[in-house]
Amino acid sequence: MQPAVEFRNISKAFGPVRANADVSFSIAKGSIHGVIGENGAGKSTLMSILYGYYHADSGQLVINGAEQKIRSSQEAIALGIGMVHQHFMLVENMTVLDNVMLGAEGGFKLSKKRAETEAKLREICTRYHLDVDPLATISDLSVGAQQRVEILKQIYRSADILILDEPTAVLTTQEIASLFDILRLFKEQGKTIILITHKLGEIMDITDQVTVMRAGRVAGAVATRDTSKEQLANMMVGRPIEGNLPRKPYQPGAPVLQVDGLQLKDANGVQLLADIGLTVRAGEIVAIAGVSGNGQSELMEILSGMRLPSAGSVTMDGKALPFAGRSNADGLPAVFRALGIGHVPEDRLRDGVIKDFTVMQNTVFGYQDRVTKRGLFDFDAIARRCAHLLEQFDVRPKDPNVRIGLLSGGNQQKVVIAREVSAAPKLMLVGQPTRGVDIGTIESIHTQLLRLRDEGVAILLVSTELEEVRALADRIVVMSGGRVTGELPIDEFDTTRIGLLMGGMHKS
Amino acid sequence: MKTTELPRWASGFVLPVLNLLSALLVSALVIHLLGESPLESLQILVNSAVVNPEGLSYTLFYASTFVFTGLAVSIAMKAGLFNIGAEGQMYLGGLGLTLAMLSFDATLSAWLLIPLAIVASALFGAGWAFIPGYLQAKRGSHVVVTTIMFNFIAAGLMNFLILKMVPEGDQNPASRVFSDAAAIPQLSTWLPFFGENTPLNLAFLLAIVALAIYWVAVSRSSWGYKLAATGLNAHAAHYAGVRISRTIIVTMLISGGLAGLAAVNSILGSTHYLSLNFPAGAGFIGIAIALMGRQHPVGILLSSVLFGALIQGGFDLSLEKPNIPQETFIFIQGLIILFCGAMENMYAPAFLKLINAARSSGSKG
Repeated sequence: MQPAVEFRNISKAFGPVRANADVSFSIAKGSIHGVIGENGAGKSTLMSILYGYYHADSGQLVINGAEQKIRSSQEAIALGIGMVHQHFMLVENMTVLDNVMLGAEGGFKLSKKRAETEAKLREICTRYHLDVDPLATISDLSVGAQQRVEILKQIYRSADILILDEPTAVLTTQEIASLFDILRLFKEQGKTIILITHKLGEIMDITDQVTVMRAGRVAGAVATRDTSKEQLANMMVGRPIEGNLPRKPYQPGAPVLQVDGLQLKDANGVQLLADIGLTVRAGEIVAIAGVSGNGQSELMEILSGMRLPSAGSVTMDGKALPFAGRSNADGLPAVFRALGIGHVPEDRLRDGVIKDFTVMQNTVFGYQDRVTKRGLFDFDAIARRCAHLLEQFDVRPKDPNVRIGLLSGGNQQKVVIAREVSAAPKLMLVGQPTRGVDIGTIESIHTQLLRLRDEGVAILLVSTELEEVRALADRIVVMSGGRVTGELPIDEFDTTRIGLLMGGMHKS
Repeated sequence: MKTTELPRWASGFVLPVLNLLSALLVSALVIHLLGESPLESLQILVNSAVVNPEGLSYTLFYASTFVFTGLAVSIAMKAGLFNIGAEGQMYLGGLGLTLAMLSFDATLSAWLLIPLAIVASALFGAGWAFIPGYLQAKRGSHVVVTTIMFNFIAAGLMNFLILKMVPEGDQNPASRVFSDAAAIPQLSTWLPFFGENTPLNLAFLLAIVALAIYWVAVSRSSWGYKLAATGLNAHAAHYAGVRISRTIIVTMLISGGLAGLAAVNSILGSTHYLSLNFPAGAGFIGIAIALMGRQHPVGILLSSVLFGALIQGGFDLSLEKPNIPQETFIFIQGLIILFCGAMENMYAPAFLKLINAARSSGSKG
């Protein structure tokens, strides 16, 4: 049987970066094909070429046996290719029905087409067990349901080849399971599914074939049943991954950060944080585990001075942090930084860097007033310091004058971590340090954080990845619904128990 | 090696020049349709605005005003604030200057009087920008909206005030002429090359100094760094400890102060009295200059000179060519703003291809 999609010697360069180099592989019709690779390995570029966003510099694209030049996403759709993006392309305040019809209205009068479409949607929903009400408004739907709407949209436009870009990043365990059921049903019905992910577990669970990409090239192509997670990980990174990183025995010093009875209410009186209490001592990593959106972000914002708490006490080295007598947090992060609080923010592009600044400019971000002589920048000192940091933290490329927005997520994060670590903090707040960061870089970031801990810095880590919590933490605090629901030392690490606490089951 | 970003020399120099040429090309077409020779018109324009020393001094005189309004808009733009109100701020700057003059021009010597007037114009301009700045910082009222409104308020207020200043028996809606002590030194005193009786004055040197200070503040100081951070990403700036609302207010004060200073050249350099609607659009031209000069001091200077030349040359052109109305200047100005502002990246993709093609053929050969 001819393959559904065949890439033949596809190459694509962005400036000096070769995003795809001579990529060739084929995807069998009626299969679930995984494409994995680190960030920047070229998966997304390849899929964008397939979906008509980019044009390959060279190479051929063969769809169902015929060579095609796909110049736009419309042409891709016409060829039966559908894509479900990581960030949904839905109009929040419109209904499911209207979202599906958008771009396929088929004439001036909507009412007739709407009735037809609704009937067809209901039929598709039944056939593929997509539990979606066509008349519901998008903003009322859960993330998982919104994703089903995206899938529905593609099916409605008769997509036979479905590309899913990191579909599980935003889903709960149950939602992932039901998504996979839907995908298996698609496969039974003869549709082809391309699953882009970096989660090896999912690849093992659901795919038939896997293509591993590294540095723009195909690093390996295997049948899923013939491979293992370890083998895939090694192919992705190009070298074996260390299991446990070395760390000194756990000998915490005096308490550095003490939080007691911390409350936060938003402008509408909604309780975001309730009665938070925790302690972080010198030389230990306390990890806050929890599903994203359970108050961790707000807690970190308060501790870094970006936001004022409603009530409660926060002390560092026994002295209260200067929240009192303020009506807003304008400028407060500078005060906290001066007290020795470093902060790696969880949303790097929103808070941590200025995309349009150079790497060098970003290495002094937040510390801009410490590198001046009489108000003017000491550019020599800044350049020396920057060169040193790029070397020490292995930021690539080692070009201080490139805009940081052009770096990969992992390298941007290395710059942020280098900057915060080099300020020699006493307390380090670290939010989602490896989100959107590739495996090789994760290891280097973890090594840096452990080194900081071994040097006696108190570290408070927020992570939604239990793997990361397990790799770094000395103690684990679990948060749910704006409360601390449990606390356990690392040697009692137990996924089931933590899972229950994350779901809001209180310590008993 | 392929590139996806234009090198600095291309985006900073070649593109603006291409855009400018496009604007001039369309202007040439219109002049042709009006029944005049575009080449001859260009010759007249260049002769009158640049080649002729006296004309050049007028060009630089107009440019001095535009440097200040251009700087005013630029510095606000750096902080992410679109100050449309330079016109009103300049108008109020003129009021401050005039009040200082009317009160002290009989008693103080020029050495005290002129600095006093300069300070007064900056203070009044800054004061007029303070309210929109404060409202943006504390209440979130958008400066675009408030500064536009403040232009209208300024126009109404000045109407009222200037009519009160008209000396008895005078028909002209303007204040009385200041005493001789208020005359700012003419550059022609030291540089006879420019010819006598041209309005080019010390304010031109002030403009150059202002450009230099702007450059140091924006690209060499941590203050400018925080300003740019606020403009590019206020969330991140907050994370970095920048006091956002103070930055907004201070920037608007400086922006308004610079716009106010533009009045020094117009009034002290030329008319020596406050007249109705004396800014005559210089504040709005400042927006075009900030966009075209990309908020870079050299760019601001060059665009200011260009606009100055257009005013000077366009005026002479309409005198010599009866078919070309005086409004042609406004028309050309509009075209320049269209090509250099709204469509500034029109040629970027084609140019990028060209560079890549040249590089690949170069590396093959």
